[in-house]
Amino acid sequence: MTTQSPPEAVEAPVEFVAPSRLSASQRFVATVVRSREASIVLVLVLVIVAATIASPSFLFAETSWRDLLLTPSILMLLAVGQAVVVITRSVDLSVGSVLGLTAYLTGRLFVDTNLPIVVVALAAIALGAVLGMVNGLVVALARVPALVITLGTLYIYRGIVLSWAGSNRINASDMPDAFGRLGTQSVLGLPILFLVAVAVLVAVGYYLHTARGGREMYAIGSDPDAAVLYGLPVRRRVFAAFVLSGGLAGLAGVVYAARYGTISSSAGTGIELQAVAAVVIGGVAIFGGSGTVWGAAIGAILLVTINRALPIVGIPDFWQQALVGVLILGAIVLDRILAARRARILVEARDAQGATA
Amino acid sequence: MPTPVLELEGVTKAFGSVVALRSGSLQVEQGSIHALVGENGAGKSTLVKVVAGVHRRDSGEMRLDGESVDFGSTAESKAAGIAVIYQEPTLFPDLSVTENIFMGRQPVRRGRRIDRAAMYAEAERLFDGLGVAIDPRRPALGLSIADQQIIEIAKAISLDARVLIMDEPTAALSGVEVERLFTVARQLRDEGRALVFISHRFDEVFDLCDTITVMRDGEYVDTLRTTDTDVDAIVALMVGREVGELFPKTPAPIGEPVLRVEGLTSPGVFHDVTFEVRAGEIVGLAGLVGAGRSEIARAVFGVDDYTEGSVRLGDTPVPKRNPRAAIRAGIAFVPEDRRKQGLVTEASVAGNIAAVIRARLSTVGLLTRRAENRAGGPWARRLEVKTSALDMAAATMSGGNQQKVVIAKWLASEPKLLIIDEPTRGIDVGTKAEVHRLLSELAGQGMAVLMISSELPEVLGMADRVLVVCEGRITADIPRADASPEKVMRAATRSHDTRGVVMS
Repeated sequence: MTTQSPPEAVEAPVEFVAPSRLSASQRFVATVVRSREASIVLVLVLVIVAATIASPSFLFAETSWRDLLLTPSILMLLAVGQAVVVITRSVDLSVGSVLGLTAYLTGRLFVDTNLPIVVVALAAIALGAVLGMVNGLVVALARVPALVITLGTLYIYRGIVLSWAGSNRINASDMPDAFGRLGTQSVLGLPILFLVAVAVLVAVGYYLHTARGGREMYAIGSDPDAAVLYGLPVRRRVFAAFVLSGGLAGLAGVVYAARYGTISSSAGTGIELQAVAAVVIGGVAIFGGSGTVWGAAIGAILLVTINRALPIVGIPDFWQQALVGVLILGAIVLDRILAARRARILVEARDAQGATA
Repeated sequence: MPTPVLELEGVTKAFGSVVALRSGSLQVEQGSIHALVGENGAGKSTLVKVVAGVHRRDSGEMRLDGESVDFGSTAESKAAGIAVIYQEPTLFPDLSVTENIFMGRQPVRRGRRIDRAAMYAEAERLFDGLGVAIDPRRPALGLSIADQQIIEIAKAISLDARVLIMDEPTAALSGVEVERLFTVARQLRDEGRALVFISHRFDEVFDLCDTITVMRDGEYVDTLRTTDTDVDAIVALMVGREVGELFPKTPAPIGEPVLRVEGLTSPGVFHDVTFEVRAGEIVGLAGLVGAGRSEIARAVFGVDDYTEGSVRLGDTPVPKRNPRAAIRAGIAFVPEDRRKQGLVTEASVAGNIAAVIRARLSTVGLLTRRAENRAGGPWARRLEVKTSALDMAAATMSGGNQQKVVIAKWLASEPKLLIIDEPTRGIDVGTKAEVHRLLSELAGQGMAVLMISSELPEVLGMADRVLVVCEGRITADIPRADASPEKVMRAATRSHDTRGVVMS
């Protein structure tokens, strides 16, 4: 909330009047610095600094650095998928149940078969994608809001895990050691699971920015009716968003199994709301059309880090939850203020232009 | 004579039992600007939508470059080189204007990556060609309607559209913006494209267009060269029909003023509106769609706000923005879109009729079905609402009967003034006559009626006095004896030089 600086508000209108005179690199730097993502990074840094001052071990203990990156990996994956769905003006509430189902499938396959790790992971991702397809098909064909449909599949998918797993629990000892090591190993100081999440993030971010399909997703979220008039393949893109979200939830299931080693039927319960929260905090408009997966991923890191930092700073349990709520509301209020300000600047720019024309 | 680029002959289109287009014909030559004029409901928009691929024609012939075509979707018509620019363009507000132009067909480099640099350069080239200064990187959010239309035109050019259809593009533009649009339009004509321009402003039509096609009641009337005709001739062609005895208003003694509206102003919507409606009088509010008639009615009833002026009913001032107070004072309001605004379609006939007087019917805050039926019954009978039972859901009835239920609902509150917006829209001819008879009867009993209608014959037949609204101002007040279609039409299409001030 503190990132707005008054002088900028005065200067900004001038910039829009005529085609930008800034060079490409200057424009890039200006965009990054002024972006919504930068403000979340700032908050993240503040949280880390505060926690480290309260307890230096938050950043400087042996495994601190690893935990800082490793813990958010699961939520990052979910947030990236959720961001894509939200950008197309939908929402996927079933990801927590998909995660639970695919995590259990991962464990089950290790227990019952001798399949290699890669095959098991691919199977889990495929199951996630199939569950996403179900969501996508119903949303695209039934024309019922995704909120309702994925709320339904949330319970259906969870029901499937519950009846499949029962009170069974799969433990780390049931799974190959190599798989368990994936959960803790690092390459060049970066945890493998974090690298997986980042790789997904980069790929999806790149697609959304540079592919026609990605841009069309933004267009659909920005104005679905206009998208139809433009002749864009609206249903296909929305369907694809759900398949991606499901597939990434499947991957998150594998990561969950590797990270925690213990899988019960309740794995991932409630995490879908954290994913939505991460997306909102990360600056993706809840009605679609704007925001980035980068923001959503950083939002996920922020959310997880805050949850870890608050007990260290000495904030009681109740206030931890409340603070997360404040963060979400703050993010929404910030976005409204920024959007209103942007609209005002754009209108002013138009008027200024009209006066000179 | 060269083959026209676009040619329509005897095209028909019906929606259910309503025939929107009886016989649409149009010939557009390349390198020319063609005007399409006609009253509200003359079938212009339907014709355009057939060309655009939004509707599929029922019969008739449509040719592009002499070849018969049939568009099943907007994409097909677009691919054939036809671009339609609607009054209010639909853009993606979050995306840059450049992305709006190229969405779905962005230039790509190797690996199907969008070539942003090329895209921006192309957009800048398009804007330069059109002579406008719009930053290609700015989002569409916050653009004026004029600029949004320019974006649509740039899109059409980048698609290499040969036929550009503009459906009332100037309705929301200021004087300067209209000039800019016309400059662009002439430039496109000189490039050899064909333009179709739909407008109600005759000065613009005569200023810009080469030929004019007139439509009336869904039918082609005539095509004239602009240089061979004048405004009077066009108006005569537009309204040239007998005003039959279809809408007789029985004379009633006119009493004291019931409604007095003085200096009502809402910037950009309507301006300095002053009029009165007397007991027993039906005042028709005529004008083109979008002239501000409904907005005035909504302001009088207190749904919409206004900045200046006053509304009085009898001697009591009616407060603004307070429909409840307006109802208490004795105003009834039957809105234009009865399904959305006037009727709880899931509720029963009796429930709907009783809705306004609920508070009066209920005992200790409880409302019984029986009380509803008791109150609703007489009205439904009196208006001859054709329904099997009073507890039947309103949604299952025909448009005409729904309209009667809405009127009955308001009559149950025994109003002094009835404001009714498009009383017979979408109603079959037989029921229409019944609604007219009903309105006439109510006036005969001393009720003041303010009727908004886009159907000229209805206004001329029913109204004791016709107020014509043009661009938010009352431009004529014509008593029944003097009212003629030509007079009303001319007042409704009058373009005055204060346009820029009114619309901004």
